[in-house]
Amino acid sequence: MACEVWIGGGGVICGIGDNLPACIEAFRNMATGAATMEYLSSAHRGTYPVVEVRADNATLAARAGMPAHISRTALLSRIAAQEAWDSTGLGEIRNYRVGFVSANTVGGMDKTEEFFADYLKDPQSGQLSQVVNHECGSITELVADSLGIRHHVTTISTACSSGANALMYGARLIRNNMVDVVIAGGTDALTRFTLNGFNTLMILDQESSRPFDDTRKGLNLGEGAGYVVLVKDTLKELIRTPWCKLSGFANANDAYHQTASSPEGIGNYLAMKGALEMSGLKPEEIDYINLHGTGTQNNDSSEGLAIERLFAPHYPPVSSTKSFTGHTLGASGGIEAVFSALAVREGYLYPNANFGTRMKEVPFTPVTAFSEGNKVHHVMSNSFGFGGNCSSLIFSIG
Amino acid sequence: MEKLMAALKAQIVEQLNLQEVKPEEIGDDQPLFKEGLGLDSIDALELIVLLQQNYNIRIANPEQGPEIFRSVRTMAEFITAHQTKQ
Amino acid sequence: MSIYIQGTGCVSPLETAAEGLFPAVVNPAYDGARLKVSDPDYKQWIDIKQIRRMSRIIKMGVAAAKLSLQEAGVEKPDAIITGTAYGCLDDTGVFLTKMINQQEEMLTPTSFIQSTHNTVAGQIALMLSCHAYNNTFVHKGFSFESALLDSIMILKEGKSKHILMGGMDELTTHSFNIISRFNRFKKEPITHTELLHSTTPGTIAGEGAACFVLGTEKGDNSYARLTGLTTSYKPGSTAEIAADIIAFLAVHEITQEDIDLLITGRNGDSEEDVWYEHVESTLFPGQAVGCFKHLCGEYPTASSFGMWVGCKVLSSGQVPATVLFKGKTREKIKKVLIYNHYKGTHHSLILLTGC
Repeated sequence: MACEVWIGGGGVICGIGDNLPACIEAFRNMATGAATMEYLSSAHRGTYPVVEVRADNATLAARAGMPAHISRTALLSRIAAQEAWDSTGLGEIRNYRVGFVSANTVGGMDKTEEFFADYLKDPQSGQLSQVVNHECGSITELVADSLGIRHHVTTISTACSSGANALMYGARLIRNNMVDVVIAGGTDALTRFTLNGFNTLMILDQESSRPFDDTRKGLNLGEGAGYVVLVKDTLKELIRTPWCKLSGFANANDAYHQTASSPEGIGNYLAMKGALEMSGLKPEEIDYINLHGTGTQNNDSSEGLAIERLFAPHYPPVSSTKSFTGHTLGASGGIEAVFSALAVREGYLYPNANFGTRMKEVPFTPVTAFSEGNKVHHVMSNSFGFGGNCSSLIFSIG
Repeated sequence: MEKLMAALKAQIVEQLNLQEVKPEEIGDDQPLFKEGLGLDSIDALELIVLLQQNYNIRIANPEQGPEIFRSVRTMAEFITAHQTKQ
Repeated sequence: MSIYIQGTGCVSPLETAAEGLFPAVVNPAYDGARLKVSDPDYKQWIDIKQIRRMSRIIKMGVAAAKLSLQEAGVEKPDAIITGTAYGCLDDTGVFLTKMINQQEEMLTPTSFIQSTHNTVAGQIALMLSCHAYNNTFVHKGFSFESALLDSIMILKEGKSKHILMGGMDELTTHSFNIISRFNRFKKEPITHTELLHSTTPGTIAGEGAACFVLGTEKGDNSYARLTGLTTSYKPGSTAEIAADIIAFLAVHEITQEDIDLLITGRNGDSEEDVWYEHVESTLFPGQAVGCFKHLCGEYPTASSFGMWVGCKVLSSGQVPATVLFKGKTREKIKKVLIYNHYKGTHHSLILLTGC
C-alpha cells in the first residue's frame, strides 16, 4: 500500500453519551439507551422504544454553534465532527488540506416532514427554510462550511453501511494525495419517516433490542453521529496520540434481496474476507469484532453464519454496541468505527447488552461485560445494509 | 367464499401492482409465492397491510405470513375464520 | 495508466436509449419549464416481475446501466458506483404523503424500501448477481463527480478491470413544485433553441440517467479516455475558477489551445451563465464551445449527460449542430473539456481524450 492511513482521533454523540468519554462510561456502567420517545413526535411513541440523544434542538444548536432551525442531523454531525477534530491536536483546520466525507440516509428529512404536512394541504404553503436542506449533501455542506472545510466535501448514502463507506473513500482520498486529513463518518437524526419505514418492515422491537440473542425480535432505532479523523503518514507526528491504523477495508454486495440478507450472509462474508486480505491478516489475528448486530432475526443469523464460515474455529470476542446505541443507520458505521479504533488504543472490549440465550445458528456468544487493558491489536467493524451493501473495516495497532 | 376470493384477487393485483396479471387468472389454490405467482417477502408485508386495511385483521407476527398467504383460498379461509371469531 | 470509457448508456429527454450515435432527431419537449425523460420500453432490460415496483429513477438507472454494459461487452463489473443528489424522490414522496395523510397508520413497505438512495445501485447488483464493490454518492452537484473519482481511485489500485458507474436523478411533481418556489426555473415559455441565449434568470428542470463502463484496457467500442477530473467547491470568483482550469490543464500537460471542444453546462440562467461567459471569453476566445443542458434540463447530476455528449462527439469525430453553441469545430476532435457548475457552488472539470 502506497501510504498508511492513521486514525488521529474521533468523536461521537449518540443516545448513550453526548461525547466519546460519556459513551465509554455508559459501556462501563452497562447503561443502555433505549427508552420512550421524548424528542421525536410520532404516533408510535408508546409502542417502540428508541435511543435518542438527550437534548432538544435548541440545546444541540447552542453546542454546535449553528442555528436551531436547521436539521438535527446537521447539529449532531457538527458536534461529533468537532470533537473528532479537537481530539487530534492538529490545531487550525485551515492549515491543512482537509476533506469531509459524511454519510447520512435521509438528509434533512426531520424538517421536510414538517414542511410536507403544510405543503400537502396547499402546494404554495410550508416554509421553504424547512426544505432547503432536504438533500443529504446539504447536511454535509452545512457542517463543512461551519468547520471551514473546502478541499474535498462529499456525502455517501448506502443505507446502514453508509458511515463505513465514508471511511473507505476518505482513506482512498489520502492514498491518492487528494487531501492530507479527512474527517469521515456519518450522521442521522431520528425521523418519523425512518421510524415508520422500519415499522412497515415489522423489524422494530417493542422492548430493548437483543442482538445475537436467540430470543431477538428486532432492532431499536437510534440517532447520533460519529467521525474518525483519517491522517496521512507524514502528518502522524503532529497528532497528539495516534489511535491506530486503518489497515483494511472492503465493500461487497449481497445481491440477494432489496432489504434482507442472504441466509448464509454471502455479502457479509465477502466484505470481511476482503478487509482481511487488504490488511494482510489471518482471521485468527482479529482480536475483536464490532458486529453489525442489529437484533433482527435475519441480520444476526446471516452475520453469525458468515463469521462462522470465515473464523471457525477461532472465534474472537464479538459484540454489538447497537444493544446500547440503537441502530443509528447512516451514523452507525461512523460511530462504531470510533469505538473500534479506540478499542485498539485502549484495549477495550465492549459489552453486548441484553444477552441471555445463545443463538442456535452459531456456536459463539457475544461478550457481555466491559473490560479494558486487553490485548487488542486488530479490530474488525461490520456494517451491512439495505440494497445488499456490506462493508467491513479493520483497525490495527501502529 | 367465492365472492371473497374474487375480491381478494382484485385487491392483490392492485396492491402489488401486478402488471399483466388479470385477477381472474389467479387460481384459487395457486401458490402466491415463489414459483406460483412469484411473490416475495416484501409482498407478504404488503399483504399484511391489505388484510388490515380491507378486513380489519391485524397480524402482529410476520412469521405467520407464509401460512396465511399460501394461496387465495388460504387467505380467504383465514379471513372468514377471523371474522366469525369477532 | 489510462482509463477508457468502454461503453455508455443514457436515458434522457432525447431518444438516447439505444446503442450508436447521437440521435438524429432532436426535439426535446419542454412542458413549461419542465423537461421530462423520454421513457423507452423498459421491459427490454427489466423483467416484468421486477418492473412492477420500480419508480422511474430505478428504471432509468437500470436501463442506462444495462445499455452501457452491453456496449462494453461486460457481464459483471468489478464495481458499481452511482451518484444521485436527490435519490429516489418519487418513492420518498409517496411514503411521506401516506405517512402524513394516514397519521402513521397502515403504511406499506415498498415505497420506503425503494426510497433509499442506494436503491439503483442495489437493484443493478441484484439483477446482475454482482457481489462486487457497490457505492452511492449523494452530494448535490458533486454526486456524479464523486462517483467518478471513486471509480478512478479504485481502477488505479489495479485490482478491478471494469467499473460500472453513472449519474441519475428524477424530477417529480413535488420536486418541481417545491424547487419552482425557489425561483429556480423560467417563468416565461421558452424552447430548446432559445434557452441558451436567454437573458432572464431561471433555467429548465431536467432529469435523466447516464452510465459508463470504465476500464483500464481499450475495448472494441471504447469512446474515449477519461484523462482527468477535478472539482472546486464554492470558488470565490470567476477568476478563481479560470485559474483552476489553467492549473488543471497544466497538470495534464496541455493548454487551452489543445482543447478541441469546450463543453459547458450553460443552462440559460443569466445569473449562473456568468461563470461560463467568463471562462469562454477569457480562456477560450474564438474556440468551439458546445452545450447540453438545453437537451437534458438542469439537475444535479446533469454533468453525466455532458460526459455522455462528450463521448459521442469523440467517437463520431463530429459535434452535432444542436450541441455546437459557438465557434467553428476543428476538423479533428481529440480533446474535449467539460466544464460544469451547479448553482455556482459545485464546479467540475472532466477531460476526455479520443482514442
